[in-house]
Amino acid sequence: MTNSSRRKLILSGLAATAGGLGLGVAARIANKYGLIPPDHGGIFGLGETLTYASQRLLTRHSLAREFSRSQISKVPFPNEIAPPSEEFNRLQAGRFAEWRVTVDGLVDRPAVFSIDQLKSHPVRSHITQLACEEGWSYIAEWTGVPLSHVLELVGIQPQARYVVYFSIEPDWWESIDMADALHPQTFLAYGLNGNELPVGNGGPLRLRVPRQVGYKNVKFITRLTVTDNLKKIGKGLGSAAPEAGYAWYAGI
Amino acid sequence: MGEIAPVLNSTSAVPATTESPRHSALVRVTHWITTVCFIALLISGAEVVISHPRFYWGETGNNLTTPLFQLPIPSSRRLVQTGYGYVLPDQNGWSRALHFEAAWVLVLTGLLYTISLLVTGHLRRNLLPGKGNLSRGVLSREIVDHLRFKRPTEAEAWSYNVLQRLTYLFVIFVLFPMVIWSGLAMSLGFVSAFPATVTLLGGEQSARTIHFFVSLFLVLFLLVHVFMIFLAGFQSRMRAMITGRPGAGKERT
Repeated sequence: MTNSSRRKLILSGLAATAGGLGLGVAARIANKYGLIPPDHGGIFGLGETLTYASQRLLTRHSLAREFSRSQISKVPFPNEIAPPSEEFNRLQAGRFAEWRVTVDGLVDRPAVFSIDQLKSHPVRSHITQLACEEGWSYIAEWTGVPLSHVLELVGIQPQARYVVYFSIEPDWWESIDMADALHPQTFLAYGLNGNELPVGNGGPLRLRVPRQVGYKNVKFITRLTVTDNLKKIGKGLGSAAPEAGYAWYAGI
Repeated sequence: MGEIAPVLNSTSAVPATTESPRHSALVRVTHWITTVCFIALLISGAEVVISHPRFYWGETGNNLTTPLFQLPIPSSRRLVQTGYGYVLPDQNGWSRALHFEAAWVLVLTGLLYTISLLVTGHLRRNLLPGKGNLSRGVLSREIVDHLRFKRPTEAEAWSYNVLQRLTYLFVIFVLFPMVIWSGLAMSLGFVSAFPATVTLLGGEQSARTIHFFVSLFLVLFLLVHVFMIFLAGFQSRMRAMITGRPGAGKERT
């Protein structure tokens, strides 16, 4: 081995060690500031983490684009939904008067709301785009109560890091971090284009998180739970999406 | 480095005592990382397109609106009218993950490459056309030579001709920036922070359509690039991009 190649080897060894240490420190800092997604493991973990961390640094407070009334799509395309359960049919027959959404977890005052009760709270609307990961999209006016308002009512505890939300459809659940949960455009939506939210679009209650693609906007919400740890829910990857091979964070 | 003086045929047009390789280590490494990422992006991108092979112009578009055009392929989603009697399996989960991960690696590699282009003088020396090379005479001779599939001389193994230079500049400074921009313009999170990136392209669906066409141009570049490598001499060009020296292997034998 020549001198120069030995020097090169030592230098690259040092560089690799420094790089490794640097990565370790970076990972610890990133975790402290909530920049590591729950599905950070595996071969795609690097990409998921880079996307989530950079978008969190850039978009913590940014607002989803809003559109004018004239840009609203003629038909808000309802994507395929699973055949409704008997329970859903029963609730629908009663015009969803008996629909309930439970809010629990790291909250001071766990609560149960009906759709009418949610409607008695501040009514907010935004005209935003719903974009599906498949590539299609539509613009519609969504009406509902800001999730931040509901969370304020039940009193979230300081250690809260995520809000997990469940559909009446079995195995359909997602979660978002507090930046999205407290974001002013994140709604529990019950109205679409001035009418009741149609079942095809997620009625009677959909979690509308306009800075993430369609599948994070879970339809038929029945339960919200506030947590500091996603490891104990499902397979511990954060939501149903990563269990099916999709990303937990879907702002892209 | 440089302990063994290159033993080269003195009649060869190849520089006889060159210290620096045909392609620097940085160019070679970034080239192959880009190659791997591009192939990953191509496969995963095609998979995602299959879930909705319809393209639109403007902000929105879906199965209920009129598309600009629809690819005549089957789809992995039941609600897309394709005319085929079957639905392909959903591959979007890993496709999207691979697409974004490969995009990250490619963008970071591309940044490193672009900075080195400017810092090392690679841009001026090897990519910007030399003085007088943009004259009509030189250009038309190059074009005719290319159209005749004329094999380059041995001397040309050590530099790029003017058409190559213009093509590489176009790929590096137009196609790649456009494909990155149009890709980011489809990200709901990204455009919430930088809305102009999507409005300038005419809307989210326009960005998707632009992304598709720029990708097609990149594929066209790849095909021509590979074809030209075969034309110029596959072994010497591959050796140059792997070891740095077009003739290194030959000399040892």
